[in-house]
Amino acid sequence: MTEFLQQLINGLALGSILALIALGYTMVYGILRFINFAHGDVFMLGAFAGFYFAPEIAKMLPTPSILSGLVVMGISMAICAAIGIVIERLAYRPLRSRPKLTMLITAIGVSLFLEYTGQFVFGAAPKRFPQILPVFPITKLGGLSLNSNQLIVLGVTLFLLLALRFIVLKTKIGMAMRSLSFNPEAAALMGINTDVVISFTFALGSALAAAAGILFAANYPAIDPLMGILPGLKAFVAAVLGGIGNLSGAVLGGLIIGVTETLVSGYISSTYRDAIAFGILILILLIKPSGLLGKKEIEKV
Amino acid sequence: MNFRHAKTFLLGALALCFLISLFQNQINSYWLIISYNIGINVVMAVSLNLINGYTGQFSLGHAGFMAVGAYTSAVITNQFDQLNFFAANGIFLVALLAGGLLAAIAGLLVGLPTLRLKGDYLAIVTLGFGEIIRVILQNTDFVGGARGLSVKHPWTNFFWTFGLAAVTIYVIATLVNSTYGRGFIAVRDDEIAAEAMGINTTKYKVTAFVVGAFFAGIAGGLYAHAIQFLTPNGFGFMQSIAFVVMVILGGMGNAVGVILAAVLLTLLPEGLRMLAGIEHLPGIAKAHPLGWLGGTRMIIYSLLLILLMLTRPQGLFTFRNSKLKTKN
Repeated sequence: MTEFLQQLINGLALGSILALIALGYTMVYGILRFINFAHGDVFMLGAFAGFYFAPEIAKMLPTPSILSGLVVMGISMAICAAIGIVIERLAYRPLRSRPKLTMLITAIGVSLFLEYTGQFVFGAAPKRFPQILPVFPITKLGGLSLNSNQLIVLGVTLFLLLALRFIVLKTKIGMAMRSLSFNPEAAALMGINTDVVISFTFALGSALAAAAGILFAANYPAIDPLMGILPGLKAFVAAVLGGIGNLSGAVLGGLIIGVTETLVSGYISSTYRDAIAFGILILILLIKPSGLLGKKEIEKV
Repeated sequence: MNFRHAKTFLLGALALCFLISLFQNQINSYWLIISYNIGINVVMAVSLNLINGYTGQFSLGHAGFMAVGAYTSAVITNQFDQLNFFAANGIFLVALLAGGLLAAIAGLLVGLPTLRLKGDYLAIVTLGFGEIIRVILQNTDFVGGARGLSVKHPWTNFFWTFGLAAVTIYVIATLVNSTYGRGFIAVRDDEIAAEAMGINTTKYKVTAFVVGAFFAGIAGGLYAHAIQFLTPNGFGFMQSIAFVVMVILGGMGNAVGVILAAVLLTLLPEGLRMLAGIEHLPGIAKAHPLGWLGGTRMIIYSLLLILLMLTRPQGLFTFRNSKLKTKN
């Protein structure tokens, strides 16, 4: 039982990182109806931004500490938000009126571009992520070995989710986002500047991916330019599992994937781990293609 | 392509391949391997063109079918030792067909979810299938797992590669241009309208996957016996993307364009690799002004893809609006 709880906690920590990435997929899909394949690579850029800025921050603030970790995360989120806006402006906006497949292929192109430019600029070899968060094991809870990093991951995720919820539900721009996902034409007719809202959505999603990148790198400290591919795909699966376009669904899907994956690698075999997410995806799409919390869309001629 | 002369094309191509294969010992082995790669990529691109281009079902897992064919044929031929010329080629053909059939079964399994899924959902599911095939191969000790599998016999030659490429082109071109085959294009152009006209869209979609996967399996067999070493990671997501790029670059549903794109995209990395090679030669190290380009090979490739989508989404080689034009 203790082991099971332990795996469950590990799974929740991994799952909340996936949930943060999945939110970016689901927000962009909700508004533009297309899969931003390059999102996993923004996650990678977030980790690398942290890698290059952490030593600078360490000169100014005592490191490792919670404060320095949060400052690094904030910088990385700001950088990735800007990158997200630039990607949308240069690659996706000119294609907005074209078929969705054109955008999907462009997104694959952007993803490859970020990966290979990353290999060219950062080098292909894995780099050790500096320790920015303090680590102290907590072994009080009935033999469970909780790691402070996991608590930080859960705490930061919870905070970001609440912040996102506030932005989407309580602010004017959040209302504009929701109206755009409901009906883009009508939203534009009501005087909503769709370009600004879409840029904002990309910025928000990319910032969350950057936060996930920092949290991921703090927990699994070897980073390389291709690190975004698998978490990106799994987060996408999480978004589909929860019902793409649905924010709570993305979080739920992320947690389910994270926990299942950890349990499978803990109890069955770790080599099958990477196939689990796709297995779940295929099952869910065969049984309920709209996802767990998604609404069924009716096709109109 | 002029379809009245399709049979002439096929026979001519086969005869030409046979003639060249008689002299293939004269060809430098580096160029021979590149030419095999060209032939294999043509088979892959043309077969993917049936699924992505003609039927409009966006598949991102074509390398997975190739892997099934490659491993199946390799396992079969590895059972045999040295054989005489006729036995070897006979076994090779059987192995290739077996690989194709198994890949076709995999294609059937992937084709079934297409009954319910469309567009990007389908893309991600085919991607998932490709990855699952890779993970299964990685965990099967019988075929070497992650260590890879060596293939005993270098049986792929010029005749088989280009002969089978010609057969693939012939079969898919005649299939799509037959009365039956118009259904593929109808499914792509407007699925709802096609269904309303009484076309069994499900059957067409699954057929496209099965036929496409069959030829991808054969290409896998050719690849296995040309390279003689297989690893599951050689058939990953990136490889599938490479085939998709060939189809897009050539123009979805443009047979000649896709073949040209497959040839071009096989040669382009080689050319850039040669530039990269210059960098490593002593003496001329920094002297060649384009030497640094070698390291940016894949960056150029991805930029090409983005620019192509922004400027010519109909493909590089589509010049006129044919009657098979995609809707948009």
